[in-house]
Amino acid sequence: MATLVIAEHDNKVLKDATAKVVTAATQVGGPVHVLIAGQGCDAVADAASKLAGVEKVLIADDALYAKMVAETMETLILSLADKYDAILSAATTNGKNYMPRVAAKLDVPQVSEILSVVSPDTFVRPIYAGNALATVQASAGKKVITVRTTTFKAAGEGGSAAIEKIGAASDPGLSKFVGEELSKSERPELTSAKIVISGGRGMQSGDNFHMLEKIADRLHAAVGASRAAVDAGFVPNDYQVGQTGKVVAPELYIAVGISGAIQHLAGMKDSKVIAAINKDEEAPIFQVADYGLVADLFKAVPEMDEELAKLGY
Amino acid sequence: MKVLVPVKRVIDYNVKVRVKADQTGVDLANVKMSMNPFDEISVEEAVRLKEKGEATEVIAVSIGPAQASETIRTALAMGADRGILVKTDGEVEPLAVAKILKAICEAEQPQLVITGKQAIDDDSNQTGQMLAALLGWPQATFAHKLELGDGKADVEREIDGGLQTVEVKLPAVMTTDLRLNEPRYASLPNIMKAKKKPIDEKSPADYGVDVAPRLKTLKVTEPEKRKAGVKVKTVAELIDKLKNEAGVI
Repeated sequence: MATLVIAEHDNKVLKDATAKVVTAATQVGGPVHVLIAGQGCDAVADAASKLAGVEKVLIADDALYAKMVAETMETLILSLADKYDAILSAATTNGKNYMPRVAAKLDVPQVSEILSVVSPDTFVRPIYAGNALATVQASAGKKVITVRTTTFKAAGEGGSAAIEKIGAASDPGLSKFVGEELSKSERPELTSAKIVISGGRGMQSGDNFHMLEKIADRLHAAVGASRAAVDAGFVPNDYQVGQTGKVVAPELYIAVGISGAIQHLAGMKDSKVIAAINKDEEAPIFQVADYGLVADLFKAVPEMDEELAKLGY
Repeated sequence: MKVLVPVKRVIDYNVKVRVKADQTGVDLANVKMSMNPFDEISVEEAVRLKEKGEATEVIAVSIGPAQASETIRTALAMGADRGILVKTDGEVEPLAVAKILKAICEAEQPQLVITGKQAIDDDSNQTGQMLAALLGWPQATFAHKLELGDGKADVEREIDGGLQTVEVKLPAVMTTDLRLNEPRYASLPNIMKAKKKPIDEKSPADYGVDVAPRLKTLKVTEPEKRKAGVKVKTVAELIDKLKNEAGVI
């Protein structure tokens, strides 16, 4: 039977996370279908139809799905579930919100945040904030899976899947979207940026994050923060990298004034290259950093900005 | 209205976990155990609702071994009124937990269930959502701010790009995120008082729920360790390494 991927998008753009879930889905097996639930999301369906490995794109275009509210997503996915062996989504705040509802209604356990597919019914997932890895085997029945997208390569382009319109499922009428406040930024998203520069408690204030933003703009990087910096009120929570924030795995992670608490390492230790600037040479961050600079960040960061400018960044 | 708060006994968040040599799991022997940090936030929120006069009773529920009664006592010391311990040894998966909680909700009729968004041991992030689905209730996950209204609640939620507000009809399930509140420390008099508060002891069979795991854990291993790299002396050297050695900028 087929595998269904629930797409992550904002009604305009198909998020990179979806292409990564498609890769996981092809490893789980069967023809891969992608469900786009949204409103005015034709462009998203077009993008999904071009992903290599996708056989069919289903589009449910209705006001009910404009914000992917969990209760309406549940009834929509359940209305399709009969035809699928496995249902996958990215482990984003959306996927985490609606997928367990689907699993509960299908009376199957959910396998959360898989890091790899060992075989169609066996997966590796992190436990204890990634301090241990569990290899778990699902029993017979449908599989409901969320995917940690940082460990899967995005499916390439080259597909030409058929797009099929489907109707809306029933509205349970339990909840409604009221509003949202999204951080506006010209910079790339934390979870998909190739370079991330993060600040910790050592930054001392939110204003000082401007120093990191300047570097970020030179390197087309995203700006992140440790939980300590978020708890201190320097920056909003959506900057948070760590066990309780976002998990990132960029090509380059620059940790500035971050000591390297277990909870932070859990969110960034899969980065390809880690550079750290900290004035405390005993800071645990240096135990995972490829390049460590023991220095006062208030001198080193402006100097870095100048050096990069000199090199034409 | 009644508020139900499930609490889980987990390895304390400050403990460095060790994977057992036989790869069957994580070593729990002689390790400090505490209430799941997100559940502390749930208890705090429920107790605050009671202090504001919006909740009449706060019930703490734990599903786990006999020692989980200590976790319930912690909740009682923070201000919960009574506890229910559903005693079972061994791991209970989120789906089974949700089924037991559903049965408890049907008996107790709370208007609000507040759970932590995830437990820091299995990191599943499922129980609250599964419970809501099984009950046919709405949910507000990853709560950042709660405002109760007439038969409804407005909840501001932490989402990937920022904050989102949803309105849910009551009864509902809410799961807590870090910034909802800062949990209190129980005072000594309240710890003493908590000893006299009642805890009902039950078993999964009382609720007709089979708690046998449905996922088979084949092995638990340690992740590959990163090796410490080199120390550089200057910013210029750092940039040179990033550009010419690692090739990442």
